[in-house]
Amino acid sequence: MDDFFLGCGLFLVGLMFLSLYRGIFGPTVLDRMIGVNAIGAKTTVLLILIGVLYHRLDMFVDIALAYAMLNFIAVLAAARYFQKRKGLDEELY
Amino acid sequence: MVIAVIVVVCLVAGLIFFAGGTLGLLRFPDFYTRLHPAGKLDTSGALLVLLGLAVYQLFPLTLGSVLTGLKLMLIVVFIFLASPTATHAIVDAGFRAGLESWKKGDPRR
Repeated sequence: MDDFFLGCGLFLVGLMFLSLYRGIFGPTVLDRMIGVNAIGAKTTVLLILIGVLYHRLDMFVDIALAYAMLNFIAVLAAARYFQKRKGLDEELY
Repeated sequence: MVIAVIVVVCLVAGLIFFAGGTLGLLRFPDFYTRLHPAGKLDTSGALLVLLGLAVYQLFPLTLGSVLTGLKLMLIVVFIFLASPTATHAIVDAGFRAGLESWKKGDPRR
């Protein structure tokens, strides 16, 4: 069963690298924010999988909950910051 | 044995949801269309994977394992509240900044 969880974790890491493409090459700033948000949602699940693999799930659950809250607050603050700026279309990098 | 089947089915379904969300994030042509898989499929994938892991760690049944399972479900409730809110905030930012939506025939952005 541990091998299966390890495979699931590696698959999630591969999906996170694919999401990182949108985070790096996204044409606008908000596209990059979508990529970062997707990576954060996958990281929450990956932390729980690491806790199951290490047999210390009671500790890793708290870490994952704190990470989910941190990701939510970061995305919300960045969205409130960038909505003031006009002309995101022309900003290509 | 039944528990193992439930866990494997939940985790594989959740990973399929995550893979679909990532595929949509890479392939869709526009900012607004990309938010559709990123907002929904990541939420439901997290629900399925965390449900499978909560069922897996529930046995042997003790007070600690029940509390850990409840905390996992608490994470799911938080993700169900937070992910649509974050998605709506990003859409609102793009709308107020004046991003044009993609129409049929336009080049991919």
